[in-house]
Amino acid sequence: MKARTLIAFGLAAAAITGLVAAQGGMKKISIAAFPSLDEAVKIAMPALKKKFPNYEIELVALQYGDHHQALTTALATGQGLHDIEAVEIGFVGKFAEGGGLEDLNKAPYNAKALKAQFVDYTVGQATASDGRYIGLPADIGPGTTFYRKDILDNAGVNASELTSWEGYIAAGKKIQAKNPKIFLINSAASAAGLIWRSNIPAGEGIFFSKDNKVLVGPDSARWVKAFTVAKQIRDAKLDAKIGEWSNEWYEGFKGGTVATQFSGAWLQGHFQNWMAPETKGLWRVQDLPDGAYAPWGGSFYTIPTASKNKKEAWDIIRFLTTDRAQQIAAFKGNGAFPALKAAWSDTSFNEAVPFLGGQKARLLWKAAAQKIKPLDVNKYDSVAQTIVETQLTAVLDEGKDIKAALSEARAEIEKRARR
Amino acid sequence: MNSQTTIKQEFHFGRFYTRWQRILAPYVFISPFFILFLVFGLFPMLFSIYVSMTSWDAISGLGGMKFVGLDNYRFLFLEDTAFWNSVKQTAYIALISGLPQHLIAIPLAFIIHTGMKKMQAFVTAIYFAPFVTSVAAIAAVFGTLYSERSGVLNWLVLEVFNKIPLLNSIIPDDPIRWLGDRHLVPISISILVIWRYTGWNTVLYLAGLQAISQDLYEAAEVDGASRFERFRYITLPLLRPTMFTAFTFTIIGNMQLFAEPFLLVNTSGGVANSGRTSVMYLWDNAFNNLLFGDAATQTWVLFAIIITLTIINNQIFARLRND
Repeated sequence: MKARTLIAFGLAAAAITGLVAAQGGMKKISIAAFPSLDEAVKIAMPALKKKFPNYEIELVALQYGDHHQALTTALATGQGLHDIEAVEIGFVGKFAEGGGLEDLNKAPYNAKALKAQFVDYTVGQATASDGRYIGLPADIGPGTTFYRKDILDNAGVNASELTSWEGYIAAGKKIQAKNPKIFLINSAASAAGLIWRSNIPAGEGIFFSKDNKVLVGPDSARWVKAFTVAKQIRDAKLDAKIGEWSNEWYEGFKGGTVATQFSGAWLQGHFQNWMAPETKGLWRVQDLPDGAYAPWGGSFYTIPTASKNKKEAWDIIRFLTTDRAQQIAAFKGNGAFPALKAAWSDTSFNEAVPFLGGQKARLLWKAAAQKIKPLDVNKYDSVAQTIVETQLTAVLDEGKDIKAALSEARAEIEKRARR
Repeated sequence: MNSQTTIKQEFHFGRFYTRWQRILAPYVFISPFFILFLVFGLFPMLFSIYVSMTSWDAISGLGGMKFVGLDNYRFLFLEDTAFWNSVKQTAYIALISGLPQHLIAIPLAFIIHTGMKKMQAFVTAIYFAPFVTSVAAIAAVFGTLYSERSGVLNWLVLEVFNKIPLLNSIIPDDPIRWLGDRHLVPISISILVIWRYTGWNTVLYLAGLQAISQDLYEAAEVDGASRFERFRYITLPLLRPTMFTAFTFTIIGNMQLFAEPFLLVNTSGGVANSGRTSVMYLWDNAFNNLLFGDAATQTWVLFAIIITLTIINNQIFARLRND
């Protein structure tokens, strides 16, 4: 009797506590992100708390590679997914084709109405071939040419010479003639990579056309040019043969032994914060050679279908991506270039950038961002990329014939993609 | 009445408890191993066999698995030249990094065992240190050593050795491309692997040497055997079981080489894929290309290759024993 009463009391008490907790308690929402997008979320945290007092927002940050690997395995099993998953632009197309992320076109999201507010190409990038739209863009990376004005001046090179590939290579020769220790670019492969993924007609992909035809080959002017320019740079010994994101790369910037770098606008933040702060005032930016406009990094927020808090997740990502003040705060605090067009009218865009010698670089990036076209993404893009890179190293390092290399690349890609 | 029932219950419960305890306890005590083995050992193995028979774009979830039977194996054996190229490179790197490890470790262990008394533990620890050092740190250091334009190795070659008369006639004037030449990449990777695992093998051989009775050496010494003869006719034959173990470890470990080349030449596998091992290739297939079915197939074929090599190794040592 006594025990029974106790149990009854206990159960009742537990039930009441549970009810209270459910009514007054916080909804726990988790966001998984990678650097430096996690910084942007941290910056937005006070505003998020104010806007959504009932959400307890938890940020889980992993390194770039680990984050996407963890997300891949989580999607594979449907386990361990967060309510909001950040996806980098290099992965967004691949993830769009899989079925594990919510289609934001559909109710209750109805993201169609929001799309016009974002830079065009981000919408295309996050849309699957069957029309599903899986992510709102957090930030973008308009591609740009970084160059050391002091080195160019010293060698008597005008920056406008860098706007064509012929002029770019000629400038490299002049720079090296003046000082043989200074290289034009970190690696010839970087130039090739830029050429093969720029000036692509809307809707076409880098490696595949919309109807899955392989575009790589000796008959493609874009691919021949990419390989040829890289080969010319290598033959003239203008590249330092160093990979990006390596210690040598940072040393090259610190020591001023590399004169130019193609990258996203965000590289300026890295230069300024840790890579080469001592080179302040020496760098300038301009548009990429040959009128190329290319996306260079950028990130999206997605909602996994397995999330149990989809409504709350949607509230949060819509706030982070479409609230002008949030986008501007992330830009100022973290250098994340806004994907939200309305944020560009902020006065900070007209300000001179001290690190770039007072250049009004953001206006240039703003213009470039609007000219970037979405690329069609194919399931076999990364397979194709590995194959092409292998052939490129054979051309650069072993003098393999360009047409033969591209023919082999095509055959190899077709073989893999046929399955 | 109340107290009586309690006693009775306790009595019953106690009997029940002792009987079942005797039967069940052993299973309960060994169950942690079996539970862990089932979850982390057997299940993944069986699951990966199934995955190898599917076409699975992993991000579409478990529902996205399409059963394709043995088609992945057909593709692997008939068309996937890149995989067989990676097996060839792995075997080559395994050989040129594996053999020197033992050729250095056996005499080294012999010297440490016979020539050192007080310093033995200290010297062994030093040789063992690379084995316990983080591979990421090691790869970063070797990456700087091998760097073509600013590396210490090329500085030595071009600025020091090349300044020495006579020597400079055989040394090239251009920087050596340690990680940029398809013939040098496997060698550069192997140097790192040899440096890292020789100490581990030395420790294995030291343990083997310590198990050899000192009496044999003393008897041989009395008979006038030289130090080399003692090494050749006593140490080597009696070290054979240890050598078998150490060789097996090396075969298995080297055929699964991943972190060292991965960090040295990155995902692309270096010039002409000369540094791309089989595990790097299948990792790339799984996590970059999202072709989990192909990757699972490759793991099983690689497993079969490793088993075969281990059996061959076993046979060779069995024959040596009989001779």
